[in-house]
Amino acid sequence: MAGKLRLVVVTPEGKTFDSDVEQVVMPGVEGQLGILPGHVPLLTAIQPGELDLKAGSRGDELAVGGGFAEVTGDRVTILTDMAVKPEDIDEHAVEKALQSAQQALLEKKAGPEAEALMAMIQRSTVQLNLKRKRRTQI
Amino acid sequence: MASTRDIRRRIRSVKNTAQITKAMQMVAASKMRKAQQAALAGRPYAESMNRVLSSLANRVGSISHPFLEKREIRRPCALVISTDKGLCGALNTNLLREVGLLPQETVFVTAGKKGKQFVARMGRELLADFEVKDDSSSYKIKQISQFLIDQYLEGKIDSVSIFHTRFLNTLVQKPERNDLLPIGKLEKLEAGTGKHEEQSIQADENLQYIYEPSGDEVLSALLPAYIHFQVYQLVLDAKASEHSARMVAMKSATDNAKGMIKDLTLEYNKVRQSGITTELLEIATAQMAMA
Repeated sequence: MAGKLRLVVVTPEGKTFDSDVEQVVMPGVEGQLGILPGHVPLLTAIQPGELDLKAGSRGDELAVGGGFAEVTGDRVTILTDMAVKPEDIDEHAVEKALQSAQQALLEKKAGPEAEALMAMIQRSTVQLNLKRKRRTQI
Repeated sequence: MASTRDIRRRIRSVKNTAQITKAMQMVAASKMRKAQQAALAGRPYAESMNRVLSSLANRVGSISHPFLEKREIRRPCALVISTDKGLCGALNTNLLREVGLLPQETVFVTAGKKGKQFVARMGRELLADFEVKDDSSSYKIKQISQFLIDQYLEGKIDSVSIFHTRFLNTLVQKPERNDLLPIGKLEKLEAGTGKHEEQSIQADENLQYIYEPSGDEVLSALLPAYIHFQVYQLVLDAKASEHSARMVAMKSATDNAKGMIKDLTLEYNKVRQSGITTELLEIATAQMAMA
């Protein structure tokens, strides 16, 4: 396989990931997208989900929130509001946050607050799924 | 000449003041570090977003989106991001001086009490006031930008400019005006703080992009995200400025108080010594008179 991909994941809180990889699979709004080096330029919206990447023999995952991904020949830039490594996920804290968000959502049915809660729930769910998946693999 | 007791009393009161300003300086310093980190952390995101947006604009060509269309400006709106509290030097004064120069028909949205009070004092029209705390989440700040977007789309306001204090470094903060809506030329974007880099854009200008779901849809998702992020970043910047300015103001207040204590102590010793001298003189004179 020729060349490498430079994957950069940035959130408003800073750069979460910046390194060379061989393959990225990201959660596009219209389904999973696999990106290899030399991919045609692509700009897409992404939804909360798991970002799989392969560098050498090592695979790695990130839980990402909604945002955008820009692919140019050898570079993938992901702009998202959340990016967490599985080892940084605190399962209990996330579970708690998820529950309280669901509780709060029951009281508020619509409006911007409900929207923010929905986003919160989505993000937490993604984090939990990733963490649990990771545990069953080990 | 003041008596020693008066001077002692003054020294004590200045010392108390110095203690308070010192404590405030410490608090501001720790808040400043956090706020500066947060403001700086957003810059890579700002740069990437600029790059994506401007490269998108280069290729999509003539796109129509309400955010990009210029209309006749009848009701301009200014978002003033000020501080809640004073004691931060000339920060608000500098910012509000520029705000005061705006044309009479301008309507205001404020974040921070100082700006709100200013608008009320000037008798201008206040559309909304938002409270922004130090630990405000991005969701809270998003309410501000969402409000502005809604008002803009409904046609209640025709343009949005943001007045805030740009954080340059701990000692220098500059009041600044940023035009948020309409976005105008996409090529000239400057999100948050990072100026966009010419080279990186030109390098991939010839590439043909695929858009998913479609160019228009990506753009119409990207533009509001850009607005939200821009406001978020500027609020963080203003926070960093506020705490830096307060830290510096409190430091100079502490220094001034210390200088004053020194002067007063000197004065106190002078008075005390001259008192002793007079007393000695009196004793000596009395002795001489007795002899």
